Amino acid sequence: MKKLINTPEHAVDEELAGMVAAHGDLIKVIAPNVVVRRDAPRQGKVGVISGGGSGHEPMHGGYVGLGMLDAACPGAVFTSPVPDQMLEATKAVNGGAGVLHIVKNYTGDIMNFELAAELARAEGIDVASVVIADDVAVKDSLYTAGRRGVGGTVLAEKIVGAAAEAGADLKAVTALCQKVQDNVRSMGMALTSCTVPAAGKPTFELGDDEMEIGIGIHGEPGRTRMKLATADEITEMLATPILDDLPFKSGDSVLAFVNGMGGTPLMELYIVFNKLAQILKGRGVGIGRSFVGNWITSLEMAGCSITLLRLDDELTRLWDAPVKTPALRWGI
Amino acid sequence: MNGAAAISYDDVVAWITAFAASVRDQKDYLTALDSAIGDADHGINMDRGFQAVIAKLPGLPNRDIGAALKSVGMTLVSTVGGASGPLYGTFFLQLGAATAGHEAIGLDELVAGLDAGIAGIQRLGKADLGDKTMLDTLLPARDALREAAASGASLGDALARTVGAAEQGMLATTPLVARKGRASYLGERSAGHQDPGATSSYLLLKAAADAWSGAAAAS
Repeated sequence: MKKLINTPEHAVDEELAGMVAAHGDLIKVIAPNVVVRRDAPRQGKVGVISGGGSGHEPMHGGYVGLGMLDAACPGAVFTSPVPDQMLEATKAVNGGAGVLHIVKNYTGDIMNFELAAELARAEGIDVASVVIADDVAVKDSLYTAGRRGVGGTVLAEKIVGAAAEAGADLKAVTALCQKVQDNVRSMGMALTSCTVPAAGKPTFELGDDEMEIGIGIHGEPGRTRMKLATADEITEMLATPILDDLPFKSGDSVLAFVNGMGGTPLMELYIVFNKLAQILKGRGVGIGRSFVGNWITSLEMAGCSITLLRLDDELTRLWDAPVKTPALRWGI
Repeated sequence: MNGAAAISYDDVVAWITAFAASVRDQKDYLTALDSAIGDADHGINMDRGFQAVIAKLPGLPNRDIGAALKSVGMTLVSTVGGASGPLYGTFFLQLGAATAGHEAIGLDELVAGLDAGIAGIQRLGKADLGDKTMLDTLLPARDALREAAASGASLGDALARTVGAAEQGMLATTPLVARKGRASYLGERSAGHQDPGATSSYLLLKAAADAWSGAAAAS
Protein backbone atom coordinates (compact mmCIF):
# COMPACT_ATOMS: atom_id res chain seq x y z
CA MET A 1 0.00 0.00 0.00
CA LYS A 2 1.30 3.44 -0.93
CA LYS A 3 -0.36 6.41 0.78
CA LEU A 4 0.62 10.01 1.34
CA ILE A 5 0.30 9.81 5.12
CA ASN A 6 2.59 9.86 8.16
CA THR A 7 0.90 7.24 10.32
CA PRO A 8 -2.58 5.73 9.99
CA GLU A 9 -3.33 6.66 13.64
CA HIS A 10 -2.88 10.39 13.03
CA ALA A 11 -4.28 10.66 9.50
CA VAL A 12 -7.65 12.20 10.44
CA ASP A 13 -6.18 14.60 13.05
CA GLU A 14 -3.53 15.82 10.62
CA GLU A 15 -6.12 16.20 7.86
CA LEU A 16 -8.26 18.40 10.13
CA ALA A 17 -5.26 20.47 11.18
CA GLY A 18 -4.45 20.97 7.50
CA MET A 19 -8.00 22.06 6.74
CA VAL A 20 -7.84 24.69 9.47
CA ALA A 21 -4.43 25.85 8.21
CA ALA A 22 -5.87 26.23 4.70
CA HIS A 23 -9.36 27.50 5.48
CA GLY A 24 -9.11 29.13 8.90
CA ASP A 25 -11.17 32.06 7.62
CA LEU A 26 -14.18 29.74 7.25
CA ILE A 27 -13.82 26.93 9.79
CA LYS A 28 -12.35 25.98 13.14
CA VAL A 29 -11.92 22.58 14.77
CA ILE A 30 -13.04 22.03 18.37
CA ALA A 31 -12.60 18.98 20.60
CA PRO A 32 -13.46 16.16 20.13
CA ASN A 33 -12.84 16.48 16.37
CA VAL A 34 -15.70 18.71 15.24
CA VAL A 35 -15.37 21.04 12.24
CA VAL A 36 -17.38 24.18 13.07
CA ARG A 37 -18.22 27.25 11.07
CA ARG A 38 -15.91 30.06 12.15
CA ASP A 39 -18.77 32.41 13.14
CA ALA A 40 -20.91 29.79 14.97
CA PRO A 41 -23.25 29.96 16.74
CA ARG A 42 -25.34 32.42 14.73
CA GLN A 43 -28.12 33.71 16.94
CA GLY A 44 -31.62 32.90 15.69
CA LYS A 45 -30.40 30.68 12.83
CA VAL A 46 -31.19 26.96 12.72
CA GLY A 47 -27.96 25.00 13.04
CA VAL A 48 -27.41 22.28 10.43
CA ILE A 49 -24.92 19.52 11.21
CA SER A 50 -23.92 16.24 9.65
CA GLY A 51 -21.21 13.69 10.17
CA GLY A 52 -19.91 10.31 9.20
CA GLY A 53 -16.74 8.38 8.72
CA SER A 54 -13.72 10.11 7.22
CA GLY A 55 -12.55 9.10 3.76
CA HIS A 56 -15.44 10.74 1.86
CA GLU A 57 -13.80 14.15 1.45
CA PRO A 58 -14.84 16.80 0.76
CA MET A 59 -17.95 15.52 2.56
CA HIS A 60 -18.67 16.60 5.31
CA GLY A 61 -15.98 18.95 6.66
CA GLY A 62 -15.46 20.61 3.28
CA TYR A 63 -19.10 21.67 3.29
CA VAL A 64 -18.96 23.68 6.52
CA GLY A 65 -19.47 27.39 5.97
CA LEU A 66 -21.93 30.03 4.83
CA GLY A 67 -25.04 28.59 3.17
CA MET A 68 -24.30 24.94 3.92
CA LEU A 69 -23.34 23.10 7.15
CA ASP A 70 -22.70 24.76 10.51
CA ALA A 71 -20.68 21.79 11.75
CA ALA A 72 -19.43 18.39 10.64
CA CYS A 73 -18.36 15.41 12.76
CA PRO A 74 -15.70 13.26 11.10
CA GLY A 75 -15.24 9.77 12.54
CA ALA A 76 -12.30 7.46 11.95
CA VAL A 77 -11.96 6.38 8.31
CA PHE A 78 -15.29 4.80 7.24
CA THR A 79 -16.41 4.69 10.89
CA SER A 80 -19.36 6.64 12.20
CA PRO A 81 -18.38 9.40 14.65
CA VAL A 82 -19.17 8.98 18.36
CA PRO A 83 -22.10 10.70 20.16
CA ASP A 84 -19.72 13.04 22.04
CA GLN A 85 -18.84 14.68 18.71
CA MET A 86 -22.43 15.27 17.60
CA LEU A 87 -23.35 16.55 21.05
CA GLU A 88 -20.50 19.09 21.02
CA ALA A 89 -21.35 20.06 17.42
CA THR A 90 -25.00 20.58 18.35
CA LYS A 91 -24.06 22.76 21.33
CA ALA A 92 -21.53 24.74 19.30
CA VAL A 93 -23.98 25.70 16.53
CA ASN A 94 -27.13 26.18 18.59
CA GLY A 95 -28.21 29.78 18.23
CA GLY A 96 -31.49 29.22 20.02
CA ALA A 97 -33.49 28.19 16.94
CA GLY A 98 -32.74 24.46 17.17
CA VAL A 99 -30.43 22.13 15.28
CA LEU A 100 -31.07 19.74 12.39
CA HIS A 101 -29.06 16.52 12.17
CA ILE A 102 -28.65 15.25 8.60
CA VAL A 103 -27.92 11.54 9.04
CA LYS A 104 -26.90 9.06 6.36
CA ASN A 105 -28.70 5.74 6.70
CA TYR A 106 -26.08 3.44 8.17
CA THR A 107 -26.70 1.42 11.32
CA GLY A 108 -23.80 3.04 13.18
CA ASP A 109 -24.58 6.60 12.11
CA ILE A 110 -28.23 6.22 13.12
CA MET A 111 -27.38 4.86 16.59
CA ASN A 112 -24.67 7.41 17.37
CA PHE A 113 -26.74 10.38 16.16
CA GLU A 114 -29.76 9.09 18.11
CA LEU A 115 -27.75 8.91 21.33
CA ALA A 116 -26.38 12.43 20.70
CA ALA A 117 -29.85 13.86 19.95
CA GLU A 118 -31.14 12.44 23.24
CA LEU A 119 -28.23 13.98 25.15
CA ALA A 120 -28.71 17.37 23.41
CA ARG A 121 -32.45 17.39 24.15
CA ALA A 122 -31.63 16.64 27.77
CA GLU A 123 -29.61 19.89 27.71
CA GLY A 124 -32.65 21.78 26.40
CA ILE A 125 -31.71 22.04 22.70
CA ASP A 126 -34.43 21.48 20.10
CA VAL A 127 -33.06 18.75 17.79
CA ALA A 128 -34.65 17.29 14.66
CA SER A 129 -33.21 14.56 12.42
CA VAL A 130 -33.67 13.57 8.80
CA VAL A 131 -32.25 10.32 7.46
CA ILE A 132 -30.91 10.32 3.90
CA ALA A 133 -31.39 6.94 2.20
CA ASP A 134 -31.11 7.40 -1.58
CA ASP A 135 -29.16 4.37 -2.84
CA VAL A 136 -31.41 2.33 -5.13
CA ALA A 137 -28.86 -0.52 -5.23
CA VAL A 138 -30.11 -1.63 -1.82
CA LYS A 139 -33.48 -3.28 -1.56
CA ASP A 140 -35.48 -1.32 1.00
CA SER A 141 -37.13 -4.09 2.94
CA LEU A 142 -37.53 -5.58 6.38
CA TYR A 143 -34.57 -7.79 5.55
CA THR A 144 -31.95 -5.09 5.10
CA ALA A 145 -30.78 -2.09 7.09
CA GLY A 146 -32.54 -0.04 4.38
CA ARG A 147 -31.09 2.08 1.62
CA ARG A 148 -27.73 3.74 2.20
CA GLY A 149 -27.29 7.49 2.25
CA VAL A 150 -24.97 8.45 -0.61
CA GLY A 151 -24.81 11.29 -3.19
CA GLY A 152 -28.17 12.77 -2.22
CA THR A 153 -26.58 13.80 1.08
CA VAL A 154 -24.41 16.48 -0.58
CA LEU A 155 -27.42 17.97 -2.35
CA ALA A 156 -29.47 17.92 0.87
CA GLU A 157 -26.71 19.69 2.78
CA LYS A 158 -26.45 22.45 0.15
CA ILE A 159 -30.19 23.03 -0.23
CA VAL A 160 -31.06 22.78 3.47
CA GLY A 161 -28.08 24.96 4.40
CA ALA A 162 -29.32 27.67 2.03
CA ALA A 163 -32.78 27.65 3.61
CA ALA A 164 -31.34 27.83 7.14
CA GLU A 165 -29.09 30.72 6.05
CA ALA A 166 -32.16 32.56 4.76
CA GLY A 167 -33.83 32.24 8.14
CA ALA A 168 -36.20 29.27 7.78
CA ASP A 169 -37.24 27.76 11.12
CA LEU A 170 -36.44 24.23 12.32
CA LYS A 171 -39.78 22.81 11.20
CA ALA A 172 -39.42 24.24 7.69
CA VAL A 173 -35.76 23.21 7.39
CA THR A 174 -36.63 19.67 8.51
CA ALA A 175 -39.52 19.39 6.05
CA LEU A 176 -37.27 20.68 3.26
CA CYS A 177 -34.60 18.07 4.03
CA GLN A 178 -37.27 15.36 3.90
CA LYS A 179 -38.47 16.78 0.57
CA VAL A 180 -34.95 16.42 -0.85
CA GLN A 181 -34.79 12.84 0.45
CA ASP A 182 -38.17 12.06 -1.12
CA ASN A 183 -37.06 13.32 -4.54
CA VAL A 184 -33.47 12.05 -4.83
CA ARG A 185 -32.11 8.68 -5.97
CA SER A 186 -28.55 7.41 -6.54
CA MET A 187 -26.49 4.40 -7.57
CA GLY A 188 -22.74 3.79 -7.74
CA MET A 189 -20.11 1.45 -9.17
CA ALA A 190 -16.42 0.69 -8.59
CA LEU A 191 -13.56 -0.12 -10.92
CA THR A 192 -11.18 -0.68 -8.00
CA SER A 193 -11.38 -1.24 -4.27
CA CYS A 194 -9.83 1.15 -1.75
CA THR A 195 -7.53 0.78 1.22
CA VAL A 196 -8.46 1.93 4.74
CA PRO A 197 -5.13 3.34 6.06
CA ALA A 198 -5.29 1.40 9.34
CA ALA A 199 -6.19 -1.86 7.56
CA GLY A 200 -3.28 -1.53 5.11
CA LYS A 201 -4.80 -3.62 2.34
CA PRO A 202 -7.71 -3.24 -0.08
CA THR A 203 -11.16 -3.93 1.38
CA PHE A 204 -11.95 -6.29 -1.49
CA GLU A 205 -10.10 -7.74 -4.46
CA LEU A 206 -11.30 -6.91 -7.94
CA GLY A 207 -9.77 -8.47 -11.05
CA ASP A 208 -8.35 -6.25 -13.82
CA ASP A 209 -11.33 -7.09 -16.03
CA GLU A 210 -14.02 -6.82 -13.33
CA MET A 211 -16.23 -4.16 -11.77
CA GLU A 212 -18.65 -3.95 -8.84
CA ILE A 213 -22.11 -2.54 -9.46
CA GLY A 214 -24.19 -1.14 -6.61
CA ILE A 215 -21.43 -0.14 -4.21
CA GLY A 216 -21.82 2.24 -1.29
CA ILE A 217 -19.20 4.75 -0.17
CA HIS A 218 -17.26 2.64 2.33
CA GLY A 219 -15.34 0.35 0.04
CA GLU A 220 -17.90 -2.31 0.84
CA PRO A 221 -18.55 -4.78 -1.95
CA GLY A 222 -21.60 -4.09 -4.09
CA ARG A 223 -24.54 -6.27 -5.06
CA THR A 224 -23.04 -7.80 -8.17
CA ARG A 225 -19.63 -8.32 -9.69
CA MET A 226 -19.43 -8.23 -13.49
CA LYS A 227 -17.04 -8.16 -16.38
CA LEU A 228 -15.93 -4.61 -17.13
CA ALA A 229 -18.23 -2.81 -19.59
CA THR A 230 -17.99 0.47 -21.52
CA ALA A 231 -18.77 3.85 -19.94
CA ASP A 232 -22.01 4.03 -21.93
CA GLU A 233 -23.13 0.58 -20.76
CA ILE A 234 -22.23 1.38 -17.15
CA THR A 235 -24.11 4.69 -17.28
CA GLU A 236 -27.16 2.82 -18.58
CA MET A 237 -26.84 0.27 -15.74
CA LEU A 238 -26.81 3.02 -13.13
CA ALA A 239 -29.31 5.46 -14.67
CA THR A 240 -32.08 2.98 -15.49
CA PRO A 241 -32.75 1.74 -11.93
CA ILE A 242 -32.58 5.34 -10.64
CA LEU A 243 -35.06 6.63 -13.23
CA ASP A 244 -37.44 3.72 -12.76
CA ASP A 245 -37.37 3.89 -8.96
CA LEU A 246 -38.82 7.32 -8.15
CA PRO A 247 -39.94 7.23 -10.99
CA PHE A 248 -38.65 10.25 -12.90
CA LYS A 249 -41.17 11.06 -15.65
CA SER A 250 -41.20 12.86 -18.97
CA GLY A 251 -41.43 16.58 -18.29
CA ASP A 252 -39.51 16.39 -14.99
CA SER A 253 -36.54 18.68 -14.48
CA VAL A 254 -33.59 17.21 -12.54
CA LEU A 255 -30.33 18.14 -10.96
CA ALA A 256 -28.01 15.61 -12.64
CA PHE A 257 -25.03 14.79 -10.42
CA VAL A 258 -22.18 12.60 -11.69
CA ASN A 259 -19.82 11.92 -8.80
CA GLY A 260 -16.32 10.45 -8.80
CA MET A 261 -15.37 7.98 -6.04
CA GLY A 262 -11.96 9.61 -5.56
CA GLY A 263 -9.71 7.87 -8.08
CA THR A 264 -11.48 8.61 -11.34
CA PRO A 265 -10.39 11.49 -13.59
CA LEU A 266 -12.89 14.22 -14.46
CA MET A 267 -12.45 13.22 -18.10
CA GLU A 268 -14.19 9.92 -17.42
CA LEU A 269 -16.92 11.58 -15.34
CA TYR A 270 -17.79 13.81 -18.31
CA ILE A 271 -17.93 10.75 -20.57
CA VAL A 272 -20.50 9.35 -18.14
CA PHE A 273 -22.36 12.68 -18.05
CA ASN A 274 -22.51 12.73 -21.86
CA LYS A 275 -24.31 9.38 -21.91
CA LEU A 276 -26.50 10.34 -18.97
CA ALA A 277 -27.64 13.47 -20.83
CA GLN A 278 -28.60 11.30 -23.83
CA ILE A 279 -30.55 8.88 -21.63
CA LEU A 280 -32.40 11.72 -19.89
CA LYS A 281 -33.23 13.34 -23.22
CA GLY A 282 -34.57 10.03 -24.50
CA ARG A 283 -36.93 9.89 -21.52
CA GLY A 284 -38.02 13.49 -21.84
CA VAL A 285 -36.36 14.46 -18.56
CA GLY A 286 -34.78 17.93 -18.58
CA ILE A 287 -31.46 18.77 -16.94
CA GLY A 288 -32.26 21.83 -14.83
CA ARG A 289 -28.92 21.90 -13.06
CA SER A 290 -25.77 19.78 -13.33
CA PHE A 291 -23.02 18.91 -10.88
CA VAL A 292 -19.89 16.94 -11.86
CA GLY A 293 -16.85 16.09 -9.75
CA ASN A 294 -15.46 14.22 -6.74
CA TRP A 295 -17.92 15.38 -4.08
CA ILE A 296 -18.57 12.26 -1.99
CA THR A 297 -15.73 9.80 -2.25
CA SER A 298 -14.39 6.45 -1.02
CA LEU A 299 -10.72 7.30 -0.49
CA GLU A 300 -8.85 6.43 -3.73
CA MET A 301 -11.52 4.14 -5.17
CA ALA A 302 -11.99 4.44 -8.94
CA GLY A 303 -15.58 4.52 -10.04
CA CYS A 304 -18.57 6.80 -10.07
CA SER A 305 -22.09 7.33 -8.88
CA ILE A 306 -25.06 9.00 -10.45
CA THR A 307 -27.57 11.00 -8.42
CA LEU A 308 -30.75 12.55 -9.77
CA LEU A 309 -32.82 15.06 -7.80
CA ARG A 310 -36.24 16.09 -9.10
CA LEU A 311 -36.26 19.88 -9.04
CA ASP A 312 -38.97 22.45 -8.51
CA ASP A 313 -38.60 26.23 -8.25
CA GLU A 314 -37.87 26.12 -4.51
CA LEU A 315 -35.12 23.50 -4.77
CA THR A 316 -33.58 25.21 -7.80
CA ARG A 317 -33.51 28.58 -6.05
CA LEU A 318 -31.91 27.11 -2.93
CA TRP A 319 -29.34 25.18 -5.01
CA ASP A 320 -28.37 28.45 -6.70
CA ALA A 321 -28.19 30.40 -3.42
CA PRO A 322 -24.75 31.67 -2.32
CA VAL A 323 -22.42 29.18 -0.64
CA LYS A 324 -18.94 29.68 0.77
CA THR A 325 -17.25 26.57 2.17
CA PRO A 326 -13.78 25.04 1.71
CA ALA A 327 -15.05 22.79 -1.10
CA LEU A 328 -18.05 24.53 -2.61
CA ARG A 329 -18.46 28.23 -3.28
CA TRP A 330 -20.52 30.24 -5.72
CA GLY A 331 -22.72 33.31 -5.87
CA ILE A 332 -20.53 35.19 -3.41
CA MET B 1 -21.79 -23.07 44.82
CA ASN B 2 -24.55 -21.95 42.49
CA GLY B 3 -25.61 -18.37 43.15
CA ALA B 4 -22.77 -17.74 45.61
CA ALA B 5 -20.54 -14.77 44.99
CA ALA B 6 -17.82 -16.60 43.10
CA ILE B 7 -16.67 -13.83 40.78
CA SER B 8 -14.76 -11.00 42.46
CA TYR B 9 -14.09 -7.44 41.35
CA ASP B 10 -10.56 -8.49 40.41
CA ASP B 11 -12.00 -11.31 38.29
CA VAL B 12 -14.14 -8.81 36.38
CA VAL B 13 -11.10 -6.60 35.77
CA ALA B 14 -9.16 -9.68 34.66
CA TRP B 15 -11.98 -10.52 32.21
CA ILE B 16 -11.96 -7.07 30.62
CA THR B 17 -8.16 -7.10 30.48
CA ALA B 18 -8.15 -10.56 28.88
CA PHE B 19 -10.73 -9.49 26.28
CA ALA B 20 -8.72 -6.36 25.44
CA ALA B 21 -5.67 -8.57 24.88
CA SER B 22 -7.71 -10.98 22.79
CA VAL B 23 -9.08 -8.15 20.62
CA ARG B 24 -5.55 -6.80 20.10
CA ASP B 25 -4.35 -10.31 19.22
CA GLN B 26 -7.28 -10.93 16.81
CA LYS B 27 -7.50 -7.37 15.44
CA ASP B 28 -6.44 -8.27 11.91
CA TYR B 29 -8.64 -11.38 11.89
CA LEU B 30 -11.75 -9.40 12.95
CA THR B 31 -10.98 -6.73 10.34
CA ALA B 32 -10.49 -9.39 7.66
CA LEU B 33 -13.90 -10.92 8.50
CA ASP B 34 -15.41 -7.41 8.25
CA SER B 35 -13.69 -6.80 4.89
CA ALA B 36 -15.63 -9.69 3.39
CA ILE B 37 -19.10 -8.43 4.28
CA GLY B 38 -18.67 -4.99 5.83
CA ASP B 39 -16.30 -2.06 5.77
CA ALA B 40 -13.07 -3.47 7.16
CA ASP B 41 -12.92 -1.68 10.50
CA HIS B 42 -14.28 -3.99 13.24
CA GLY B 43 -10.93 -5.09 14.69
CA ILE B 44 -9.48 -1.58 14.41
CA ASN B 45 -12.44 0.05 16.17
CA MET B 46 -12.77 -2.56 18.94
CA ASP B 47 -9.04 -2.34 19.63
CA ARG B 48 -9.15 1.47 19.86
CA GLY B 49 -12.07 1.23 22.32
CA PHE B 50 -10.64 -1.46 24.56
CA GLN B 51 -7.23 0.19 24.74
CA ALA B 52 -9.07 3.28 26.05
CA VAL B 53 -10.95 1.05 28.52
CA ILE B 54 -7.73 -0.52 29.80
CA ALA B 55 -6.20 2.91 30.33
CA LYS B 56 -9.13 3.90 32.55
CA LEU B 57 -9.66 0.71 34.59
CA PRO B 58 -6.89 1.17 37.20
CA GLY B 59 -8.10 4.70 38.05
CA LEU B 60 -11.62 3.67 39.13
CA PRO B 61 -12.40 4.90 42.65
CA ASN B 62 -13.92 1.83 44.33
CA ARG B 63 -14.39 -1.89 43.89
CA ASP B 64 -17.98 -1.72 42.59
CA ILE B 65 -18.37 -4.22 39.73
CA GLY B 66 -21.40 -2.38 38.34
CA ALA B 67 -19.62 0.99 38.34
CA ALA B 68 -16.60 -0.52 36.59
CA LEU B 69 -18.74 -2.12 33.88
CA LYS B 70 -20.66 1.13 33.37
CA SER B 71 -17.37 2.95 32.95
CA VAL B 72 -16.39 0.36 30.32
CA GLY B 73 -19.68 1.03 28.51
CA MET B 74 -19.30 4.82 28.59
CA THR B 75 -15.75 4.59 27.30
CA LEU B 76 -16.79 2.32 24.43
CA VAL B 77 -19.65 4.66 23.39
CA SER B 78 -17.16 7.56 23.35
CA THR B 79 -14.32 5.86 21.50
CA VAL B 80 -15.43 3.02 19.22
CA GLY B 81 -17.85 4.65 16.76
CA GLY B 82 -19.67 2.67 14.07
CA ALA B 83 -22.45 0.37 15.22
CA SER B 84 -20.16 -1.57 17.55
CA GLY B 85 -19.63 1.45 19.83
CA PRO B 86 -23.29 1.93 20.78
CA LEU B 87 -23.98 -1.83 20.79
CA TYR B 88 -21.05 -2.98 22.96
CA GLY B 89 -21.35 0.24 24.97
CA THR B 90 -25.01 -0.45 25.78
CA PHE B 91 -24.21 -4.09 26.60
CA PHE B 92 -21.71 -3.02 29.27
CA LEU B 93 -23.88 -0.14 30.55
CA GLN B 94 -26.80 -2.54 31.12
CA LEU B 95 -24.57 -5.26 32.54
CA GLY B 96 -23.21 -2.60 34.90
CA ALA B 97 -26.66 -1.40 35.91
CA ALA B 98 -27.66 -5.00 36.72
CA THR B 99 -24.61 -5.56 38.92
CA ALA B 100 -24.45 -2.10 40.54
CA GLY B 101 -23.21 -2.05 44.12
CA HIS B 102 -21.71 -5.55 44.07
CA GLU B 103 -18.12 -6.29 45.02
CA ALA B 104 -18.64 -9.89 43.95
CA ILE B 105 -21.27 -11.71 41.90
CA GLY B 106 -22.46 -15.28 41.45
CA LEU B 107 -23.96 -17.19 38.54
CA ASP B 108 -27.46 -15.82 39.12
CA GLU B 109 -26.26 -12.21 38.95
CA LEU B 110 -24.26 -13.09 35.85
CA VAL B 111 -27.36 -14.51 34.13
CA ALA B 112 -29.39 -11.41 35.07
CA GLY B 113 -26.59 -9.12 33.89
CA LEU B 114 -26.18 -10.92 30.57
CA ASP B 115 -29.95 -10.77 30.12
CA ALA B 116 -29.97 -7.00 30.69
CA GLY B 117 -27.00 -6.46 28.37
CA ILE B 118 -28.59 -8.47 25.56
CA ALA B 119 -31.93 -6.68 26.03
CA GLY B 120 -30.07 -3.39 25.59
CA ILE B 121 -28.48 -4.59 22.35
CA GLN B 122 -31.87 -5.73 21.05
CA ARG B 123 -33.55 -2.43 21.91
CA LEU B 124 -30.90 -0.47 20.03
CA GLY B 125 -30.18 -2.80 17.12
CA LYS B 126 -33.66 -4.29 16.68
CA ALA B 127 -32.09 -7.58 15.60
CA ASP B 128 -32.98 -11.13 16.55
CA LEU B 129 -31.60 -14.65 16.34
CA GLY B 130 -30.66 -15.56 12.77
CA ASP B 131 -30.05 -12.01 11.49
CA LYS B 132 -26.27 -12.72 11.31
CA THR B 133 -25.22 -10.43 14.15
CA MET B 134 -23.54 -10.61 17.57
CA LEU B 135 -26.87 -11.85 18.97
CA ASP B 136 -26.37 -15.19 17.20
CA THR B 137 -23.52 -15.75 19.65
CA LEU B 138 -24.96 -14.03 22.73
CA LEU B 139 -28.52 -15.45 22.75
CA PRO B 140 -27.60 -19.17 22.74
CA ALA B 141 -24.77 -18.44 25.20
CA ARG B 142 -27.18 -16.69 27.56
CA ASP B 143 -29.62 -19.62 27.33
CA ALA B 144 -26.85 -22.12 28.05
CA LEU B 145 -25.69 -20.10 31.06
CA ARG B 146 -29.23 -19.82 32.38
CA GLU B 147 -29.85 -23.56 32.04
CA ALA B 148 -26.54 -24.36 33.68
CA ALA B 149 -27.33 -22.02 36.58
CA ALA B 150 -30.82 -23.52 36.99
CA SER B 151 -29.42 -27.06 37.03
CA GLY B 152 -26.97 -26.17 39.80
CA ALA B 153 -23.85 -26.49 37.66
CA SER B 154 -20.51 -25.30 39.01
CA LEU B 155 -19.11 -22.01 37.72
CA GLY B 156 -16.49 -23.81 35.65
CA ASP B 157 -19.03 -26.15 34.09
CA ALA B 158 -21.49 -23.32 33.44
CA LEU B 159 -18.82 -21.21 31.71
CA ALA B 160 -17.68 -24.15 29.60
CA ARG B 161 -21.26 -24.75 28.42
CA THR B 162 -21.72 -21.02 27.75
CA VAL B 163 -18.59 -20.77 25.63
CA GLY B 164 -19.53 -23.97 23.77
CA ALA B 165 -22.94 -22.51 22.87
CA ALA B 166 -21.32 -19.20 21.92
CA GLU B 167 -18.89 -20.93 19.58
CA GLN B 168 -21.67 -22.91 17.90
CA GLY B 169 -23.72 -19.73 17.50
CA MET B 170 -20.76 -17.91 15.98
CA LEU B 171 -20.04 -20.71 13.51
CA ALA B 172 -23.73 -20.91 12.60
CA THR B 173 -23.61 -17.33 11.25
CA THR B 174 -21.53 -18.45 8.24
CA PRO B 175 -24.35 -19.73 6.00
CA LEU B 176 -26.80 -17.00 7.06
CA VAL B 177 -27.91 -14.10 4.86
CA ALA B 178 -27.49 -10.88 6.86
CA ARG B 179 -30.66 -8.94 7.67
CA LYS B 180 -29.17 -6.19 9.84
CA GLY B 181 -26.18 -3.87 9.62
CA ARG B 182 -23.90 -3.17 6.73
CA ALA B 183 -23.65 -6.83 5.65
CA SER B 184 -27.37 -6.73 4.75
CA TYR B 185 -26.55 -4.55 1.72
CA LEU B 186 -24.90 -7.59 0.15
CA GLY B 187 -28.09 -9.65 0.19
CA GLU B 188 -27.36 -13.28 -0.74
CA ARG B 189 -23.67 -12.47 -1.14
CA SER B 190 -23.34 -12.16 2.64
CA ALA B 191 -23.82 -15.95 2.98
CA GLY B 192 -20.64 -17.99 3.33
CA HIS B 193 -18.88 -15.56 5.66
CA GLN B 194 -18.66 -15.72 9.46
CA ASP B 195 -20.06 -12.58 11.08
CA PRO B 196 -17.39 -10.31 12.63
CA GLY B 197 -19.66 -9.10 15.48
CA ALA B 198 -20.64 -12.67 16.37
CA THR B 199 -16.91 -13.46 16.42
CA SER B 200 -15.95 -10.63 18.78
CA SER B 201 -18.86 -11.62 21.04
CA TYR B 202 -17.51 -15.18 21.17
CA LEU B 203 -14.07 -13.81 22.11
CA LEU B 204 -15.74 -11.77 24.88
CA LEU B 205 -17.30 -14.86 26.48
CA LYS B 206 -14.20 -16.96 25.88
CA ALA B 207 -12.16 -14.30 27.70
CA ALA B 208 -14.52 -14.60 30.70
CA ALA B 209 -14.13 -18.37 30.86
CA ASP B 210 -10.34 -18.07 30.56
CA ALA B 211 -10.02 -15.26 33.09
CA TRP B 212 -12.29 -16.97 35.61
CA SER B 213 -10.80 -20.46 35.45
CA GLY B 214 -9.09 -19.79 38.80
CA ALA B 215 -12.33 -18.59 40.42
CA ALA B 216 -14.11 -21.58 38.90
CA ALA B 217 -11.56 -24.01 40.36
CA ALA B 218 -11.97 -22.41 43.81
CA SER B 219 -15.78 -22.53 43.80
